Amino acid sequence: MAVPILKDADVLIASIQSALTDLDLVGLRDALVEQVSTYRTRGVIVDVTALDVVDSFASRTLRDLAHMIRLRGAQTVIVGIQPDVAFAMVQLGLTLEDIPTALDLEEGLRFLGARRGR
Amino acid sequence: MTADSRNFEVRVPISSTEDVIIARQQGRALAGQLRFSPSDATLIAAAISELARNIVKYAGTGEILLHSDTQGMLMIIARDEGPGIPDPDAALRPGYSTSGGLGLGLPGVRRIADVFEIVSNSHGTTVTVCKSQR
Repeated sequence: MAVPILKDADVLIASIQSALTDLDLVGLRDALVEQVSTYRTRGVIVDVTALDVVDSFASRTLRDLAHMIRLRGAQTVIVGIQPDVAFAMVQLGLTLEDIPTALDLEEGLRFLGARRGR
Repeated sequence: MTADSRNFEVRVPISSTEDVIIARQQGRALAGQLRFSPSDATLIAAAISELARNIVKYAGTGEILLHSDTQGMLMIIARDEGPGIPDPDAALRPGYSTSGGLGLGLPGVRRIADVFEIVSNSHGTTVTVCKSQR
């Protein structure tokens, strides 16, 4: 199931709608990395509110996505990690390392705006 | 008592990444029925996701079996008839991976398990994980 990617000014917003297979996650990563140049994007928000589980593959793919987008000159923020998902990630020893996170879409947009001095 | 003689509530055949999602959703539902907290149900779903993915990645096909006992303990069995894990002890060390991953899957599952056991040989692999309620 493909994840819809919306464009708002110079920000791309990928809003995950349901549980994703590994293939879907990799597809999302590649689509975002590609579209950063298509739309000359400065910021990317990945909304994982609807993600049921973040396991080792999902956390690695989200990290890779953010690192690849950074190499393309844009900034990624992951938003919407649910309390139970955060609990499970910590218990399993999974992290997003240095990837910025925010509570929700609104906070994510604020974070990207603040970074650009708006 | 062998695994086959137990009464399994749920048996999910695994052969694709879609099956990984089905298995973890079934696990979450069963954990909810057993009155695990929503956090622990998510943890159980994540553990099943790791085990089911390993089946797809390393063996191609296999199955996830879920069983509960009268004390409310949830048992997860992941088994396949794949080539086996060459070095099961190494596979449990964080950072060890033969697939280009970060090797955080199995060590994470072991961390959260009350009972954790791997039996692996050239005829296949069976991972057994038990999780009790706090």
